[in-house]
Amino acid sequence: MTDSAANVLLNVSDLQGWYGESHVLHGIDFEVHQGEVVTLLGRNGAGKTTTLLAIMGMLEKRAGSIRFQGTELIGMQPRDIARKGIALCPEERGIFSSLSVEENLMLPPRIADGGLSVERIYNLFPNLYERRGGNQGTKLSGGEQQMLAIARILRTGAKFLLLDEPTEGLAPVIVQQIGHTIAALKEEGFTIVLVEQNFRFAASVADRHYVVDQGKVVDMIPNDQLEKNSQKLHDYLGV
Amino acid sequence: MFELLGIPPQVLLGQLLLGLINGSFYAVLSLGLAVIFGLLNIINFAHGALYMAGAFVAWMLLNYLGIGYWPALILAPLIVGAFGILLERTMLSRLYHLDHLYGLLLTFGLALIIQGLFRNYYGISGLAYQIPDILSGGQNLGFMYLPNYRAWVVIASVLVCFTTWFMIEKTRLGAYLRAATENPTLVGAFGVNVPLMIMLTYGFGVALAGFAGVLAAPIYSVNPTMGEQLIIVVFAVVVIGGMGSIMGAIVTGYMLGIVEGLTRVFYPEGSAVVIFVIMAIVLMIKPEGLFGRPA
Repeated sequence: MTDSAANVLLNVSDLQGWYGESHVLHGIDFEVHQGEVVTLLGRNGAGKTTTLLAIMGMLEKRAGSIRFQGTELIGMQPRDIARKGIALCPEERGIFSSLSVEENLMLPPRIADGGLSVERIYNLFPNLYERRGGNQGTKLSGGEQQMLAIARILRTGAKFLLLDEPTEGLAPVIVQQIGHTIAALKEEGFTIVLVEQNFRFAASVADRHYVVDQGKVVDMIPNDQLEKNSQKLHDYLGV
Repeated sequence: MFELLGIPPQVLLGQLLLGLINGSFYAVLSLGLAVIFGLLNIINFAHGALYMAGAFVAWMLLNYLGIGYWPALILAPLIVGAFGILLERTMLSRLYHLDHLYGLLLTFGLALIIQGLFRNYYGISGLAYQIPDILSGGQNLGFMYLPNYRAWVVIASVLVCFTTWFMIEKTRLGAYLRAATENPTLVGAFGVNVPLMIMLTYGFGVALAGFAGVLAAPIYSVNPTMGEQLIIVVFAVVVIGGMGSIMGAIVTGYMLGIVEGLTRVFYPEGSAVVIFVIMAIVLMIKPEGLFGRPA
């Protein structure tokens, strides 16, 4: 972990968020450095997904501060936030059923140079290459849909990825493949915020972990101190 | 000459052609409705009024500015489309977060206002619009006489329907449209300007109505009530085809025009209601429409 302020890509402080009338984020604070993989861990309903939606501007009402490369994102439209180089892989995956596999892959517009080429993407996800002729994106298996949801945001030139529970409900072998993919993306210079419930998976890919509970960040544990803190973490996550 | 159930072939083919022409209007209009409903979630009740406006704009271009049929075929849809964009920006865009019903009520009100304005200025007796010279006359096909202009209407509508279908189903722009129809929030989060797309889509759907209006001007008299009569049938077509299905709207439009024509031959008394009878049956058996996806 680097402490240099120059390396801070995203700085979230005192983030508050609401779904309609219900106040769900009560002061989220965390930061992400260039090139890091950071997880948000926490129980169901702790506010992890909401935090990602807030960063992306997809929450109706939010307050506090989200600074990305020094720019304040609170008050910006999702499409403008996307054009800053942030991309979301949503929890429900968001594969479009009226689009073919290839159309799904090619859908997000390029917002900057330096995205992965389609060849490189097929290289990372050989299954998608085999299934690229598919007529309907939603006919893919759950794992393939998840890969497609990740793959399509790699082309756009966005270098800051928000991945919401990419391993949820997937077979161990596919979870492993997604783990390799995340490691490869880190090598390529992507910065990743990962929401996870799968604690083992999180430990295998991340540099640091933020623990979210009841709409607040309650702790930060570097991955190399995970062992020492495992009892504490068990208490937080209730596992 | 062969006869079918005692019906002379001239009569049969004549009604088939008439059905195909009506079907051409059903197809272009229900296509516009389907495109608009898909992305905006709005049942555009003003569609008939805007079709009528298309015919009137063509008439005005000719009589006030001396602009003829062919330029009007491009200009009138653009003018109607621009007017649609104005409606979308100032009124419809405020309703997207509400139930379908509000959009329907607003566009219904707009339809009455637009129609009322034309009725006030031009009366209801109807205005004549000449068939362009190059399309006057007709072909004697031996078994029947085919007016050139009617053949052109069928060709033009097929071309427009096919082009629209191709744009939506086979191009990148269409992929954005289909994706935004499914999940506009996520498409916006990819950096796409969805409100702009919605505005242009409404403008395009409405321009299709304007185009149909210009096509209709030389066949039916240009009349403030011409849209009102047609739009009820077109809504039935959309329901039968399935709300929001592009191909469904097109195919159902032509098909029902033909069915209506055939009914006029075999059971003339039923021709005015046959489409509604089919609608009722489809709603009972397959409520999502013939080409719709189950909700």
